[in-house]
Amino acid sequence: MAARRTALRARFQGGVTRVEVIWGETTVYVDRTRLFDIVQWLHDDPSQRYDYLSDVTAVEYRDPEQPIEVVWHLRSLPYRRFLRVKVELPRDGKTPLEVPSVWSVYKGADWLERECYDMFGIRFVGHPDLRRILMWEQYHEGFPLRKDFPLRGRFSRAEQLRQALAANPEARYSMEELTVAQAFEDLPEAMRARLKSGERTGE
Amino acid sequence: MSTKRTVDVAIGTSGLDEQGRPRRAPLTVNEGGTVTTLEPPPALEDALELEGEHMLINIGPQHPATHGVLRLVLELDGETVVRCIPHIGYLHCGFEKIGEYRQYNQVIPWTDREDYLNSIGNNVAFALGAERLFGIEITPRCTVLRVIAMELSRIISHLVWLGTTCIDIGAFTPFLWAFEQRERVYELLERWVGARLTTSATRVGGMAADIPAGWMDQLQHFIKTFPKTVDEIDRVLTTNGIWVGRTVGLGVMSADEAVNYGLSGPMLRASGVAFDVRRDFPYLDYETYDFEVPVGTHGDVYDRYLVRMEELRQSTRILAQAAARLPEGPVNSDDHRVVLPPKSKAMSDMESMIHHFKQVMEGPRPPLGESYVAVESPKGEKGYYMVSDGTAKPVRWRIRPPSFLNLSAIGKMVEGHMLSDVIAINASIDIVMGEIDR
Repeated sequence: MAARRTALRARFQGGVTRVEVIWGETTVYVDRTRLFDIVQWLHDDPSQRYDYLSDVTAVEYRDPEQPIEVVWHLRSLPYRRFLRVKVELPRDGKTPLEVPSVWSVYKGADWLERECYDMFGIRFVGHPDLRRILMWEQYHEGFPLRKDFPLRGRFSRAEQLRQALAANPEARYSMEELTVAQAFEDLPEAMRARLKSGERTGE
Repeated sequence: MSTKRTVDVAIGTSGLDEQGRPRRAPLTVNEGGTVTTLEPPPALEDALELEGEHMLINIGPQHPATHGVLRLVLELDGETVVRCIPHIGYLHCGFEKIGEYRQYNQVIPWTDREDYLNSIGNNVAFALGAERLFGIEITPRCTVLRVIAMELSRIISHLVWLGTTCIDIGAFTPFLWAFEQRERVYELLERWVGARLTTSATRVGGMAADIPAGWMDQLQHFIKTFPKTVDEIDRVLTTNGIWVGRTVGLGVMSADEAVNYGLSGPMLRASGVAFDVRRDFPYLDYETYDFEVPVGTHGDVYDRYLVRMEELRQSTRILAQAAARLPEGPVNSDDHRVVLPPKSKAMSDMESMIHHFKQVMEGPRPPLGESYVAVESPKGEKGYYMVSDGTAKPVRWRIRPPSFLNLSAIGKMVEGHMLSDVIAINASIDIVMGEIDR
């Protein structure tokens, strides 16, 4: 384990900010800009071979001063190893909630990153299709797992029902899937731009 | 890894032809009685320069073969799937958000409700994660009881998978046999914890209850008689020409793809990767049990079926070993900062009363830290990632859902297959939407 840490440090001097071991699990804090190189190296290097991406998620602490953390759980199936990689996004108002996507290394990151974006609003730069996944695309109350999001949502039950009934049900279907021309104006701006440019999403 | 394979089928079933393909109904009969199949006329479309329009078909969210509320939008060229866009989230209820407002023991009932076919396994997984976070040890008796719980829930889940997949593919009898056995496991669970589906069987540091008197005899009887049903289903399906014809060569994932897509459980093992959390990252002393990890060779629907059938047998083996070694002793840890002291002591002993009061009023508090504990659920690697800031409620409770990752590869798996095969491939993933949408 110590050898792994040294190898990582030696290769990416400034990229690894600190290493912690909690309950036997190693956590490597890395710099946001170097994350992709580090993950790629962990995946490709014959001495590491972290070929399995278990999970991508984020943590927001109750203390608003503490940075939001994006967490990658990696496994090396050949060596039976487990590693947690973290990127801290400080909330100084200057750092954007953006991290590089690892989709080109692990295809399994596709839905995991979409869920993380959906729940926390963290943008994964380089993801081919960063849409909401659990919430619908027209959802505009914000990002449910953020601490400033109330447990029961931003609106009362009555207001949520009113909004649901007022919405055009056809707008739940995107244009590319079903032809619903009259619902086009009800689609969110990003979706309309995407459809106008003829972009196709999905697998 | 080639998609071509030959499976020996039993005499008397409709069988496969020489190329290993299922026999189709003959299209024409020649004068001599010989059967020929006609080549489709390829010239027509070319001659007229017709370009076939792709059709969009919507399966779900209310379709019974989508095993819940999954919506698949399929782009079809004739009957062949060109593209598949899955839509999920219809069952999203914000479990992870709710967990941030609950104490650790109060989260356990929520774990029942995500992967509801494996509820007792989820209880155990959550308790293991919380115990690592609290830094407490569990008793030897609790460890073995939890192994029994996990394997029983694996049997339930695989039986439901088997039954529903049989129905999807068109066999009704194995469904009845499988559900009959599942009922027997539910009877065991009911006698143990009082509930069938939503068990909430564990607590941080122990179990909700010890097994009642005579329970082990019932379990032994189950262990003895259950393999007979597995053998019967095996005999009916494994060499059945229709079953083989509808499962072989479908939804193939190569080993590299399966690892890269993050598949786990029987889906990954069917592709030939022998990754089992029980063996590779052991918990609950699984390394001391003698069991095999079955792997497939082709990574198709048929291999997933074979792997799950073998896992049913291996689970029975583990159950027998666990039943034989179950030690006497207390079930709950005696660390009364986390586990409630016995009620009699809480009323007579000062220190116990303080522990009781603190736990009921404030809840047990773990130290600062985080833990990721993964177990081998019937669907794959089920992980619970918990982060604590020192208060009685987790800052973050993350479920790593195996079905979610397994389903994310469906677009890749169904591409190029027929519409009716989408049902078989989707069934082979063994999804539970409660876990995917959370």
